[in-house]
Parts: sequence; C-alpha cells; structure tokens
Amino acid sequence: MDILKAEHLAWDLPDGVGIIKDISFSIESGKLVVVTGPNGGGKTTLAKLIAGIETPSAGHLFFEGEDITKKNITERAKLGVAYAFQQPVRFKGLTVRDMLELASGHALDDAHLCDLLGKVGLCANEYVDRELNASLSGGEIKRIEIASVLARGAKLSIFDEPEAGIDLWSFARLVETFEEVRRNQSGTLLIISHQERILNIADEIIVIADGLVRAAGPREEILPTLLADEKSPRCPLGKESALV
Amino acid sequence: MNKITESLLRVVSDFGGTFKGAYNVREDGGCAGRQSSEHIKLESKKDGPGLIIRVAPGTKGETVYIPACVTHGGIDDLVYNDFYIGEGADVVVVAGCGVHNEDDSEARHNGIHRFFLEKGARVVYREKHVGTGKGRGARRIDPVTDIQMAEDSYMEMDTVQISGVDSTMRRTNALLKDRARLVVRERLLTNGTEWARSDFDVTLEGEDSSADIVSRSVARGKSRQEFNSCLRGKNRCNGHSECDAILAESGSVVASPSLEAANLDAALIHEAAIGKIAGEQILKLRTLGLTQEEAEERIIQGFLK
Repeated sequence: MDILKAEHLAWDLPDGVGIIKDISFSIESGKLVVVTGPNGGGKTTLAKLIAGIETPSAGHLFFEGEDITKKNITERAKLGVAYAFQQPVRFKGLTVRDMLELASGHALDDAHLCDLLGKVGLCANEYVDRELNASLSGGEIKRIEIASVLARGAKLSIFDEPEAGIDLWSFARLVETFEEVRRNQSGTLLIISHQERILNIADEIIVIADGLVRAAGPREEILPTLLADEKSPRCPLGKESALV
Repeated sequence: MNKITESLLRVVSDFGGTFKGAYNVREDGGCAGRQSSEHIKLESKKDGPGLIIRVAPGTKGETVYIPACVTHGGIDDLVYNDFYIGEGADVVVVAGCGVHNEDDSEARHNGIHRFFLEKGARVVYREKHVGTGKGRGARRIDPVTDIQMAEDSYMEMDTVQISGVDSTMRRTNALLKDRARLVVRERLLTNGTEWARSDFDVTLEGEDSSADIVSRSVARGKSRQEFNSCLRGKNRCNGHSECDAILAESGSVVASPSLEAANLDAALIHEAAIGKIAGEQILKLRTLGLTQEEAEERIIQGFLK
C-alpha cells in the first residue's frame, strides 16, 4: 500500500520562478526512500510541501489514500507525518527533555530518553536538561532535531539532509538507526541526502533536478547510474554531481 | 489569615497550609503569623513598618518565608525589611507577593528589602508576584531590593511576575565587594494594558566581583515594559546583563542598557533582543502536532520558565 503519493506537484517562488515544476511519485509503506539530486533542485521544497510548510501551486498529495493537499501542518502531523528540519531552530527556555516529550506526546522516563538520544549518538545524562539554545553546537542541535522526529514514531518520517553538520561517528550510528526503523517496520522513511552511505541503505531512490523527477526506482537500478554520473566530467542530470 | 491570603500564598510562596521554619506572613499591612527559628530571628522594626531578619553566621540549608498579600482595594502597604545574613550562612529567602482586588480603589504593595551579606554568605532569593481579582481598581506591586555584598558572598535572585499586576516598578541596586557574585534571573509577563518597569543598578566595586543579570519578558495585548540596567565596573570584574523580550499582539518593550567601566580589566557585556516569536519556532512545534496557538503558548511558557 502507498503511504504517500504525489501527483503533478508544483510550487513557484513569489516572482513566478518554478522550483517544483511537475513531480509525481509514490512511496510504499515501510520503505526507506532517499531523495537525492543537485543542490537547488527542489528537494527541500518537496519535503516542505509534504509536511505542509509550503502549499503547492498545483497538484495533489495523498497520505494513505486521503487527499491532504489542503491540510495544514498540524493536521498532517496528527495524521502521522513528521519532519526533521535541515536547519533546526533553537529555543530559549525549552530543554531537550521538553522537546522530546512534546514530540512523543507524553512524559518520558530516563530509559526512554536515553534510548532516543542514544540513537543519534548523544548521552541523555549530559543533554536532557540542557536548553535548546546557542550553548549547543550545530551538530548537537541537529542530532536532537532528528531525535525529536524519532520520538514521534510517525507513520512517515522525513529527514532533510540528516548528515549535515554531524560527525562521522554519530553519522554511522544514525545510519544504523534508520536501518533499525526499517527492520522493525516502525515507519516509512523519506530521507533527503547526498551521502552514499545513506543511498546504500535505500529501498528506493528518487532523483530530483530542476524541479523534476529525473529518475526513480529501486536502489539497485538507480544507484549505479548515479555513481557512473559522478565519475563523468559533467553530470548529465543537472548542474553538478548528485553525490558529494 | 483570610482565605484570599491563603490562596495567594499557595501561588507565590509554595504554601501548603503551613510554613516550616522561620516565617512572617504580611496581610493587608498587618502580621498574620510569624515564627523565628533557632538560627533565623525575625523581629518588628521599632522605627517603622517592617522586619529585621537576622540569619546567624554559619546557618545552612534553612529557608525563611516572608510573603506579603493585599486582599482588597484601598490598601497602600509599605514595608521595610532588612536582612542580615551572617558570615558563611547559606539560606533561601522566599518573598512572594500577591495583590487581590475586587474593588474600585487601588491595591498596592511596596516592599523595600535591604540585604546585608557578610563575608562568604550565600542567599537564594525567590520572589513571585501575582495580581488577581476583577475589580476596576489597579493592582500594583513596587518592589525595591538593595543589596550590600561583602567579600566572597553570593546572591541569586529568581524573580517572576506571573500575571494580573497592572503596574509594577521594580528597582534592584547592588554593591559588590571582592569576589562577590550576583546572579539575577527575572521573568516578566504583562498583558492587557499592564505596565512594568525594571531597573538594575549594580556596582562591581571589588576585585574579581561578578554579576550576571538575565531578564526575560513577554509583553502581550497593549502592555508596555521598560528595562533599564546599569553595570558599573570599578575594578577587575566581570559583568553581564541580558534583556530578551518577546512581543505579542500590540505589546511594546524599551530596553536601555548602560555600562560604565572605570578599570582596564573591567569586562562588561550587555545583550538585548526584542522581537516576536520566531516563525520557525512555531513551525517546528506545529510539525509535532501543536496548533498555532498551542505552539505560541508553549514557547512563551518555556521562555518564562
């Protein structure tokens, strides 16, 4: 069964420039799907359209068969869509514990907090009572953002460049976590990434460039073409190589 | 004490039906209960309204409660409380104030607290203010805190104005000797047509003295706030003051920081930020399932925590 289906999605900047031009795809429940492609190709905008942060200028989105195109962010979150921002916001006064409890919808005991933060390579003892303010580094705040989405246990979790700003060791732990989610069938993952290690664990890969789907299909089919493109002097998909 | 006082005390001073240890409850300008402890003595001033509170040197782990409540209009309560904190003592002072007014005339409490910390003394001072009642008469609370800090002393002020106070004029003055440290965490919420002003005047006179003042405020409705701070560095010292304010609806905030350094090694910093709730913060909480209104409330609640 498809958990998410996009039909001819489009989104324009206020000056009329099209960022998402005509995108259609579907994602099967329980899969790990990676969206990749050149910078500026529309990947983050697509994620925001799915989460309800932006409204499409054309097209439709279906979640578990229901048309959610006109539903707002809150309504989509309640249906089971979760979104980890590429650049997480900071909060004065909210602690890591507050954020994770808000995300999960209930109080969390120490063991649960430890489990959630451990999935992103953080020690709960050191972090639960810290404020989500400027005292945390970019990598720390990013990992807490990811943990907040994991805490939701949503039907569809969207991660926008989860690797950005994260050290190699934490990133390796994060890749394991994504694999665990898939293995346990505890949700569908849509990950925007340029990282080969994440592409390597995908069930499906969607390549987006210049606001269009350039390729989509099983990893075994799409990844070799991407790797071949990376070695070519100029990427045939667009402005730059999809792999970084 | 009357029922209104009991109700206010539960909000402003952790009152659970009784106080443990030393306390004095002030109600409508009179004394509604007092008790000294072995190490903390409370006595009435002989030259005017108020108390002298003496904490014996070396007293550790005790709390003294000195809440004040005004329960109806037509009261203008003025009180002078002097705290003498003995050398090496380490105590908590809880000094909440609640003003309830169902009348047309004004109800006001004006508490002037003077602290004298001896060498090595430590005080955590907690002060919570609230206004209640539906009377047309204003609810006013105008606290003044004067602090004299001897060598190696430490004072932490945790002050909060929750809601319902129509007008407040808060003044805090401190003089710090060698290695003394003052920490202030102030939180103010105003709504409707309320007005709040908070002034700090802190002099870092001693070598290696330090002060860290953080004021967080939210101005909602048509309320107005003013924040004025003056940090004076007269020796090798560290001073930091910060004013963070969130505006909602038609609220307004004026922040006027001032630094005066009279020593090459005086390190003084001021930070001020005033603005509405960041849109990205609301978006993040909405992606967790909160509505716009719930997200705003949660952000303000956390900000003022």
